[in-house]
Amino acid sequence: MTSKGSEQPAYKSYLEEDGGRKGIFRWILSTDHKRIGLLYLYSMMAWFIVGVTLGLLMKLELIAPGKTLIGPQAYNATFTVHGVIMIFLIVVPGLPAVFGNFMLPIQIGAKDVAFPKLNLFSWYIYVLGSILVIASLFGNGAPDTGWTFYAPYSFKTGTNMLPAALGAFVLGFSSILTGLNFLVTIHRMRAPGMTWMKMPLFPWTLYGTAWIQLLATPIVGITLLMVAGERILGIGFFDPAKGGDPLLYQHLFWIYSHPAVYIMILPAMGAISEIIPTFARKTIFGYRAIVLSTLAIAFVGYFVWGHHMFTAGMSGTALFTFSILTFIVAIPSAIKVFNWISTMHQGSITTEVPFLWAASFIFVFMIGGLTGLVLGALATNVHVHDTAFVVAHFHFIVFGGTGFAFFGAMHYWFPKIYGRMYDKGWARTGWLIFFIGFIGLYGPMFYLGITGMPRRYFDYLEEYHGPNIISSLGALVMITGFIIILINLIKSAREGEKAEQNPWGGTNLEWQIPSPPPLENFEEIPVIEKATYKFD
Amino acid sequence: MSSTTAQHVEHRDDTASKLGMWLFIFTELLLFGGLFVVYSVYRYLNATAFHLAAHELDVTVGTINTVILLVSSMTIAMSTTAIQKKDKRTTLILIGITILLALGFLVNKYFEWSGKIGHGLYPGSPVLEELGRGDILFFGLYFFMTGLHALHIIVGMVLLGFVFNRVRKDKITHDNFQLLENGGLYWHLVDVIWIFLFPLFYLIT
Repeated sequence: MTSKGSEQPAYKSYLEEDGGRKGIFRWILSTDHKRIGLLYLYSMMAWFIVGVTLGLLMKLELIAPGKTLIGPQAYNATFTVHGVIMIFLIVVPGLPAVFGNFMLPIQIGAKDVAFPKLNLFSWYIYVLGSILVIASLFGNGAPDTGWTFYAPYSFKTGTNMLPAALGAFVLGFSSILTGLNFLVTIHRMRAPGMTWMKMPLFPWTLYGTAWIQLLATPIVGITLLMVAGERILGIGFFDPAKGGDPLLYQHLFWIYSHPAVYIMILPAMGAISEIIPTFARKTIFGYRAIVLSTLAIAFVGYFVWGHHMFTAGMSGTALFTFSILTFIVAIPSAIKVFNWISTMHQGSITTEVPFLWAASFIFVFMIGGLTGLVLGALATNVHVHDTAFVVAHFHFIVFGGTGFAFFGAMHYWFPKIYGRMYDKGWARTGWLIFFIGFIGLYGPMFYLGITGMPRRYFDYLEEYHGPNIISSLGALVMITGFIIILINLIKSAREGEKAEQNPWGGTNLEWQIPSPPPLENFEEIPVIEKATYKFD
Repeated sequence: MSSTTAQHVEHRDDTASKLGMWLFIFTELLLFGGLFVVYSVYRYLNATAFHLAAHELDVTVGTINTVILLVSSMTIAMSTTAIQKKDKRTTLILIGITILLALGFLVNKYFEWSGKIGHGLYPGSPVLEELGRGDILFFGLYFFMTGLHALHIIVGMVLLGFVFNRVRKDKITHDNFQLLENGGLYWHLVDVIWIFLFPLFYLIT
């Protein structure tokens, strides 16, 4: 089991097992958690390319003041659909649906998730939801409400927002079922000997995430249904003319959508906690603290939604409470950063590609986190509210955080998933270009926001021209990096060098089975004796 | 491990399925929880209007429906006991009665709703527009919440119909009845939500 050579015993990998099915049916009818993970990966990649294209369109529009490419209405539609796709189709399902599905059962020593059929069903719901979202682009005008669907505009606009909102509702259902599946899997299917405190950190973060998915998503579900009822029947819950309160909509929306940010970032932190010990050759520092901070984030994250509404009109007490809770929720995130840094301290670090992604994750996540405190403080929030500063902060966390962790996890687990290694030179080049482009794209937006450029405008004053040019050029550089990364991975998945069972010298269970894993992962369910992340 | 088939070995874990069902019920409660929040906020803001509007609803019909659902919860619970006593016939009869009671609830609801709509009390109606904001919100919530609940009744009926069929085909037996129990749990959820809806709309005046 511990052989580190390139020789692997003869076996049939999950990619070769076709269950007697042909062509695409090998994928869309398979209940194997690994194939389902890849189904999510491929569908997400497709939507990601659409989302990136829409993002690029906005950046090109903003390259000069006045109308350059698209007018105001088209710009509104672009940022709305960009947001809906990126949030609901990519970062919310993101790491749990792809790597959670693939790695969770393996990392806890199980043959599959608790409910394999339900797992496949969740993917079908995901596809249905994504079709609804894309359908909103056609017909009488793409939605222009922003991804937040704020009332009362969301039921007054003449555009096609209903399919987008219903799509988000359906996607929420998929997210709930995935969370439910993971919770039961973690509770019931850990290998003998794997106590809670011997469980690797990626499953731990998935566990915290799953609770948020379960507890927060129904609220946005019912809220979107109410908006739909408002549009179709005119029931008046959020319509001031009928006695409704639009502010109540904002509360209900953010009760979900703020915890959703932790749905996005927690599994990303889990992936980083896997990568760093492996490449520092050192046991993770403060395992228990990371576990507890994960649970603390999941818990406190539920009570901070009000910081999205500091200028919307709340009592002073509410403002104060939400602000202080926001500061408190930053503590567990900081604990994690300290733990990662301490893990690296005096380790023997090899700067392989996944490590580069993890290290740059810490860098951008810290910028994102600290600017989050600027937004969490009441006075500064009023100054930068609804400016490009918020957009920059958000993208540093969600794209710089979750996105970087996703790419890191992709490069970390790629040899396990496909049994082949990517071209490390190109992967490194892609990372460097992507990283430079990322900073170039979002960095200037902090400055733009501080100096007063509002978000969601297709036009700006001449004085903002300079930083906007840098930002748009940054977008082009970043996309170049992305294309390099994508082509390298696709090419390597097909014809890369055969990978070893444990190319990085990782300690967790996924590195003790062949690459790619056999259908049911383990020939015999392993018995766990030692703690996780122990290097010889 | 056999390599001839890619099908998973169907491993059975009743505790896992029960845990899954409870978690799902949790999300359903939260779904209605959002509506209860909206109800509380608007009741607080429009206390008098809600008080008067509640008089429009027929307490008798509401009580009958409450009794129907309580009895149906009892019959489905009894069916779980019956299957453990290997009494297939009684199990089928009890599930059948539960489904019929659910149908009775819906018929009752239909007449109640059409009565209201006949009086012009429905979302977006001109009558309601004249009555004022509290009434608009009360009846908006009434139709939305009881409508969503009725939808859950229908889903529950489909689920119980499926369970009925599985019992008939001996797929659910005295030593493998988790599906029936889960169906029952879901049915109790539908019942519990009504237990909250009934006082909120009919009784608090």
